[in-house]
Parts: sequence; C-alpha cells; structure tokens
Amino acid sequence: MKDFIIPDDRDFGTPASHSDIAVTLTVDGIPVSVPAGTSVMRAAAIAGITVPKLCATDHLTAFGSCRLCVVQIDGMRGTPASCTTPVAEGMVVRTQTDEVARIRRGVMELYISDHPLDCLTCAANGDCELQDMAGAVGLREVRYEPGKNHFQRRENDEPNPEWRAKDHSNPYFTFDPAKCIVCSRCVRACEEVQGTFALTIDGRGFDSRVSAGMASDSFLSSDCVSCGACVQVCPTATLIENKVIEVGTPERIVKTTCAYCGVGCSFDAHMRGETVVKMVPSKDGKANRGHSCVKGRFAWGYATHAERILNPMIREHYTDPWRVVSWEEAIRFAADRLRAAQERHGRDSVGVITSSRCTNEETYLVQKLARAVFGNNNTDTCARVCHSPTGYGLKTAFGTSAGTHDFDSVEHTDLALVIGANPTEGHPVFGSRLRRRLREGAGLIVIDPRHIDLLDSVHRNDAIHLPLLPGTNVAVLTAMAHVIAAEGLYDEAYIRERCDWDEFLEYRDFLLDPRHSPEEVERQSHVPADLIRQAARAYAKAPRASIYYGLGVTEHSQGSTTVMAIANLAMMTGNIGKPGTGVNPLRGQNNVQGSCDMGSFPHEFPGYRHVTDIETRKLYEQAWGVPLSDEPGLRIPNMFDAATQGRFKGLYCQGEDVLQSDPDTSHVQSALANLDILIVHDLFLNETSNYAHVFLPGSSFLEKDGTFTNAERRINMVRRAMTPLNGHADWEITVMLANALGAGWDYGHPSEIMDEIALTTPSFSGVSYALLDREQSVQWPCNEKAPLGTPVMHIDGFVRGKGKFINTEYVPSEERTGGRFPLLLTTGRTLTQYNVGAQTRRTDNTVWHPEDVLEIHPHDAEQRGIREGDYVRVASRAGDTTIRAKITERVAPGVVYTTFHHPTTQANVVTTDNSDWATNCPEFKVTAVQVSPSNGPSEWQEQYRSHSELSRRILPAAE
Amino acid sequence: MQSPANASHPPNTPKVAVLDGEGLERLHAIIARHAGSEGPLLPILHDVQAEWGMIPEAAQPIIGSALGMSRAEVYGVVSFYHDFREAPAGRHVLRLCRAEACQSVGADALAEQVRGALGLDWHETSADGRLTLEPVFCLGLCACAPAAQMNDRLVGRATVQRVVALAEGAR
Repeated sequence: MKDFIIPDDRDFGTPASHSDIAVTLTVDGIPVSVPAGTSVMRAAAIAGITVPKLCATDHLTAFGSCRLCVVQIDGMRGTPASCTTPVAEGMVVRTQTDEVARIRRGVMELYISDHPLDCLTCAANGDCELQDMAGAVGLREVRYEPGKNHFQRRENDEPNPEWRAKDHSNPYFTFDPAKCIVCSRCVRACEEVQGTFALTIDGRGFDSRVSAGMASDSFLSSDCVSCGACVQVCPTATLIENKVIEVGTPERIVKTTCAYCGVGCSFDAHMRGETVVKMVPSKDGKANRGHSCVKGRFAWGYATHAERILNPMIREHYTDPWRVVSWEEAIRFAADRLRAAQERHGRDSVGVITSSRCTNEETYLVQKLARAVFGNNNTDTCARVCHSPTGYGLKTAFGTSAGTHDFDSVEHTDLALVIGANPTEGHPVFGSRLRRRLREGAGLIVIDPRHIDLLDSVHRNDAIHLPLLPGTNVAVLTAMAHVIAAEGLYDEAYIRERCDWDEFLEYRDFLLDPRHSPEEVERQSHVPADLIRQAARAYAKAPRASIYYGLGVTEHSQGSTTVMAIANLAMMTGNIGKPGTGVNPLRGQNNVQGSCDMGSFPHEFPGYRHVTDIETRKLYEQAWGVPLSDEPGLRIPNMFDAATQGRFKGLYCQGEDVLQSDPDTSHVQSALANLDILIVHDLFLNETSNYAHVFLPGSSFLEKDGTFTNAERRINMVRRAMTPLNGHADWEITVMLANALGAGWDYGHPSEIMDEIALTTPSFSGVSYALLDREQSVQWPCNEKAPLGTPVMHIDGFVRGKGKFINTEYVPSEERTGGRFPLLLTTGRTLTQYNVGAQTRRTDNTVWHPEDVLEIHPHDAEQRGIREGDYVRVASRAGDTTIRAKITERVAPGVVYTTFHHPTTQANVVTTDNSDWATNCPEFKVTAVQVSPSNGPSEWQEQYRSHSELSRRILPAAE
Repeated sequence: MQSPANASHPPNTPKVAVLDGEGLERLHAIIARHAGSEGPLLPILHDVQAEWGMIPEAAQPIIGSALGMSRAEVYGVVSFYHDFREAPAGRHVLRLCRAEACQSVGADALAEQVRGALGLDWHETSADGRLTLEPVFCLGLCACAPAAQMNDRLVGRATVQRVVALAEGAR
C-alpha cells in the first residue's frame, strides 16, 4: 500500500462492497487487498491511483458507458472498463499504457467535439470533471470539424435544430442541455439514490438527451422533488445550483448539520467569505449517506431573509409598537419584569419553553435557567406536542426514551411497518433510503388514514395499506397482536429470554379476548378484518421486521398506549436488538430528541432522571451551586391554563411559535395575552411574538457552534459558518439573560456547556467536542461502556432488564363525529414546507406549496357542493377557519386532511384541547369537523390579521 | 417569492391533460389484457399504438402508475423506439433503409430520388393522409440491399420505379 492518508472526500468511482472475503491484486505494481465484489476502479483508488472516469461515481452503481476508465488486465482480452470489472485474486492491472492512453484521448476528443469550449465563462469552471479529464488524458487537439452538434444555438446563420434552451423552471438549479455529455449520472441518481425516477434518457444514439418527465415536461412539471442528487453528481455545468452561477466557486467548506427534520443530515456548507454558495450533503454523513432533500439542500435562504429581525426590541404592552433598543436595555427590561412577576405572583409564576430547533447546549441552558435561576421546574418543550408519548411509552416498555436503531438498519430490513408517518414528505432522506430497500424486495405495511406517497413508490415490492379511521391506532395494533397470539406466530424463545414469560401469558390472555379480534376492530376502524390478518402475518413472519412511526401515532389521546402497542408487537415477534428490526420514532424537528435528552421536561433533569430523585438533585445542586426544587413544574398546556387563570405571568419562549403550532389557538391566544412578560427569542416576528413584550433576535444554525441529536440518538456537530447577523449566538443570549438575573454564568464556548452535560449526565459522559470532531458523530449512550456510542440498543437485553408487556386497552377518543361535525380532520406535513413554515415560507419552496389546502374525498365534496379550489369553511367545536379544497381519493370518505404550514389558514384554530392521557400530547390528528362552502376568511381570521398587523409595528430608531 | 413558472402551471403535474373518459376506459382495457404478464410494457405500448396509431403522451402516466413505473421511465422507452409514434402515420408507411450496407450500394441516391418523386421528406405524411415516408436503420436485408418496406411487405434490391409504383399503388 502507498504510504499516505487518503482524503475521505475522494470519489472512489463505485460504491463499497461489503463482502468479508478479501481479494488481493496489483494495480500498476502496487499490491492492494479489497473486499470481493469491489470494482477494479475502486481497488485502484484505494491503492491511491486515479483512473480517469466520467460516468462513474461512488454514489451510483457502475454503468460502463463513458469508456474513459478502460484499463489493461494481464490475461484478459482488450481493454475492459475498470468500473464494471470486478477484482479477482492475483489480478494484474495496468491503468497507464500507451494503448489505453490512445483510447482515452480518442474518447475525450469525441466528447469535446460536442461540447462548447466556453470554460472561462462557464459556471462549473474550476469544478468540472470534464475539464479535469481532458487534462488527465492529455487532450491537446480536437480533429473533428464542427458539424452536427447540440451546443451551438445557431449554425451557419440557421437555428440549430438540435439545440435546446436552458430549463430555468426549478428555482434552485438550472439545466443546460447544451453542456450535457449524457453520462446518465443524473438519471441514475434520481433512480438509485432518491427513488423518484423523474428523469430519463429521451431518444437514442446522437438524439439521446436527458429529459425530466415526458416530452412536454420541464423540471418543475416533472415528478422532480428538487432533492439535488442530480445536481450533486453532474460532472459538468449541465445541472448546477443557481447560487453557484451567481456567486462562483466556493473557497472553503464547513461541515455541519441540517436544521430541519429529525433525520439530521450532515452537510458541507460551501462558503465564499461569509456567503453560503451551496449546501451539499456529506458523503460520510452517517444519517444521510450523501443524500439530501429540497429543504436542507436548498431552503436555507431564510437565514439572510430581509424579514429577519437583527436588533432586540421591547414594549410595555403587546398592543404598543415595538421599540428597537440595545441588548443591555432589552435584557435588563426582561430580567426586571421576570423578577417583578416572581415577587408579585410567587416563584412558580414564570417558566421557559425550550426549542427543539436550537442546539443541545442552548436547550440545556434554557432549562437550567428555569431550574437554577427561576428556582422552579417550569420548563417544557415542543416535544410535548409531538413525541412526548414516545418518551413515556418506550421508557416504560424498554427502559429508554428513544428509537432503538440507526438509519443504516433499514438496509437490512425485510419488512417495514410504517404507522402514522409519511417519510417521503416528512423525513425525505430516510424515505429515500427506505424506498431503496423496498425496491430491493422488502415488504411494506402502511397503517395510515391517508394513501401516503410511499405506497406509490416506483418499483416497490408488495405493500399492504390499512386505511384506518383516525384515532383507532390502538385497536388496529392490538388486533394485529391478537392475530399473532391466536395463530402462535410469536417468538417464544425471544420472549422467554428477553421478557417475563408469565407477564406475556397475561398479555396473551388479554389479546385473545374476542373484543380484540379483527372482525370486532373492523367495526371501529373501518379496516377490513382480512387486511389486519394479512398485515399481522406478514409482520410476524418476516425474518427482520422494523417499525417506523411518526406523529400519526403520538398526537392522539391514546398516543402513549399506541407506542406501547408498537413496543409489544416488536417484543412478541423478537424484532428488537438486531439490524433490520427495531422500533424507530421519526422525530419531527432537528433536535426533538436532544431537547428531550437535555431535561426540557418539567419532571425530568437531563438524561430522563426524575426531579424527585435525590441523588440526581444533589448532583445538580452541587454542579450549579443552588438549591433545586423537587416539585415537577408546569407542562405547556398547564402553563396556558395557569396563565388564563392569572397564576402564571412570565414566559421565555426560545425558537418556538406556540401560537401557531399548539392546539386550540384561541385558548393559547388568551393565555399569552394574560402574561406580564412574554420573551420571544426567534429569527422572525412570529405569531407568538404578536403577544410578546421582549423580542430577542435569534441566530440561525449557520451562525453558531453546537450539537443536534437526531431521531437515531446521533449527536451531530453544528459549526459556525458565518458571523451571527444579530450579533450573538443563541446560547450567549440566554447567558446574558441568566446573568442579568444574577446567575454568574461564565461559559466561553458551547464545548464548555457540553462538558458540563457530560459531567452530569451518565448517558452522555463520554461525549466531548474533541470526540465529535474526531468521530463526526456518536449515538448515545456514549460512556465508559460504549466509548464510541451505541448504534443499536437492547442487543443483549433491554435497558430496563426485562422488556415489559402492557395491556393496551382501546379507549376511544372523546372527540367523536356526530350530526354537527360528521367528518374527521387529521393533519400532516408536505415535503417542501417545514412545521409552522417560518423558515421555508421565506424561501422559494413556496413554488411547490404556496398555501395549505384541505384534502377531501370526491364523495364528501359532492355531497356539500364543493368543487376543486373552492374556499371552504372548516368548523369544529373549538373554532373555524377557511381554506381551499383539494378533491382527492388519497383520503377515505369521512376523513379530511390538511397541513399547518401557513399562519393565514391556522389549521390549529379548529384543533381541540383533547390530549394524551399520560403526557398531555395534544390530539392534533383527530378533530371532528364540518366542511361547508365559504366565500372568504372567517371572522377569527379577519380579527387575527388586524391584530397581527397592529402588533408588528416597529417604531423608527430614535435619533 | 412566487416564481413566474408556477403562475402558469402547477408543479409536479404533467403539462398534457391526462387521458380521461372513453379513452381512459380503452387504455385500462389494454392494460388489463396484460395484467400479470412478465415485462408487459412493450406489449401494452404496441396495443396502444394499434388503438391510437400513436402513443399519446396523455396515456404514459397512466401506463406508468399501472406498472409501478414513473412516467419518465415510460417516456424513455417510448422515445427509444422509433416505431412508437408521437403522431399517427398516414394510412400506408413506406420505409427506406439508410444503414451502411444499403448506403454502399446506392441507398442515399435511391432515397433522394424517391423523396423527389413522392414529394415527401423524411417523417412526412402526404396531405391526403395516404402515405408516410420513414427512414429506417437496417431491415436485416443487407444481402439484398438496397432494402425498403411498404407496410408489412419487405422489398429487396429496391429500385426507384418499383418503390414509387408500390407507394402510388397503395390507396
């Protein structure tokens, strides 16, 4: 082997082989050992030898079309392509001979004969593989006369019939067919990596061209979801980011982590000075493996959006206009009002809401602010309204409040059971990885009221869809367990070893009661009994079956019970603890897992240790040097209730828009209006800030150091790529506020905060920035027992000891349909928008989703005289709003569906204050509604809009 | 931030109106005939061409979703084969071979003369819809070059007179 360190961002030409058998060969006299199945090209790259190539990249399986990578192999005839030739023992490969040099030059000459020679003004100048290869093969002249070609707009004063105009339809990248060498990398990336199959090669021979969709389609009208995989693999300027065209080539790379969903993709921020030129998914990112979606890849322009607030502002009352002030004045004002509230209304009258979008370090500080400085446990996080049942349910069953497996595990699964999740829209990079596995032959079961896109995956294997009525998850899952128990499909050996057999027998007796039979449950859930049986058998019989679930499981009044039913299914079939199995919640936001880990909950310190636990409290009292309360604090809904009653007076809300994202908007509104001091710490004036007294401008993920923890417990580094436009990273702002209240904190860098977390939290004890810099990421628990973290949990036994079976009685939601409200409304997400839309609405992603719409079945629409695109009024027991209708069979009759990305529609005006019995997670997913034709905004919408305009006034800065 | 591209056409939606009504029923009948068979795409496309005389773009998304394919993939196959037409041909189709073996015995000159005699350029259909002239790359009749094809009938050692007579004789 050559004695040097291979930079890991090199392109090895073909993907790695995972064979255990080693094969030794020599390449240009250098011996190299590689796994069997490796290509000659990759073996050469591992030996440090670069074979010229155009159509090959290690993102994609070899294709063998460009013929530039030909080599000579002793004993083999001709000049085989090194990308498609697998290695063999004792093979002798020569990559540089006169013959291959001549062939390569000839091939390059042909490529260049149909390519414009405008390198100096080309957007890919300096980052073009065609240019590099022309250099590598020593191309010095092109003998071919200009003739028929694809790149000249006009030829001999005539329009060139082969020339095609650029496609500018996508807002983020441009397709210039004139520069295309038809290597098919883009088509293959769309198929293999993204799984959308939006691109193809149109025609053949000289007529071959890359085509998005069909003849009349553009990139925008095609199936393209703008994931950027094609742009990433394009070797020329044919597919290139508009920002690169605008700015030029980047000069440095900052490795960081996406701040959108819970997949937590690793990204390389390509910078020119303090300007982001492009965000490219890191090939070595362990969650995303070099892939991305439209949000992380392109929708980061909000960070420099004109509406971003960069200076602190205060006001006496929320109906006053904002006054721009100095940081000192704003912090002092906030601190004085908080102290005043506590003096007048007691120590427990103030609290904090931590953000699932901020870093672990920032979240840790905010909860510490409540506990150590306010002196109470009034800290909660938006996980309350999404995944709190996951924490509770999985901790009860397994002993840890987190998903059991890493995302790589999906590559080994034989069947994926997806419940109440829409991975291709909500968690797109995981969705692509799952779809790839479905194309390889894995089975799919979807339990969802809606026909989700995953069911339309191109070239997938068999799938079963259980289109249940919203709110009946527990009944359906228990019926599946009933079938498994009744037919003896459970894994007795596993249960005896890992769980309590007697407890299982009790659970089995519970299951076998006829009320849990598929026939009975069909009546409640509207899922045919036969489908429930098929699904149960498929799940139980698959050698390695995995469960992925989302908010369609948790945001119900039976959320915690459903999580337990899921855990039961996995345990009784032995599907925990080995690759390809597991119970994996798909977390909504980038750092939901982290914000839970960091003790954002009113009853738990960091690491899920109860506030009544004396040992833990002592530990923190020592570390923080103050006495701590052993009284669990207020949850978010309790804060609102207490505020309405006048007992809760002050709130510091970091990076969350509770008014838009929490249920029953009118109730939240009146609670916020009752506060003496509401501090909103965010990038933009959001809906919550309409009721705030202090606005502290936040910093974006591009402007600070820290860590995010994704859905697979992976702690990823977030690194500062540019100076905070608002002047301070978020953690510094919290420190200022705490110190104004007399805390005396002296953190110099987020790494010091992480050191404190590691010191006080057993499952993080091994974590440090030095470790993360070295390993890029680790999955907790990371401690003496697992110094490099834990990709798969519960391998040899459950964390709590024996896995616990819990009887999962179905208690129907109080929210019922009836004469006045005959339809069930359920809510979800789209691919291009994110949560309340504060970020994505300020990007070109609005091209795909300019407004929220209400999906309604043709039958229900016809009954009500509703046509496609009509404004309709959606009314529930809680409130009403208007929204445009979209008529589709994706939803079943009796069910309507919408998203909550836009504040003008405010879907949460209609959602109710029903919530999970254990954790108060609101029942977003089930609301009984009536839908009727409408001719304009509801009264609430009108009132809210005028209040919103009033409360967003900002006084001009004082002279 | 609405882009102008979006104002005219919704994203991720074909620009042609997807087949509906009676046409959709005919297409579903064709797809149903091939249900469960191995590699059904080409047989379906042949039947569609027999039914419509072409492969309507409006049919491609429906064929795709019936077979678990994307519409781009279907289009890739349709556009690969020159015999799948974007517009219906005339009642009769004359093909002249333009491949190397035929070229070596004067196919280019033959083609020039036939085009002149019929007053048709490549891919063109006569105004009365009677005849379409198509080039073809190899009919597998190299031993009898130059070769031509009039509808289903192959013509070896083709001459201008013979080809034009056949073409004009076809009503």
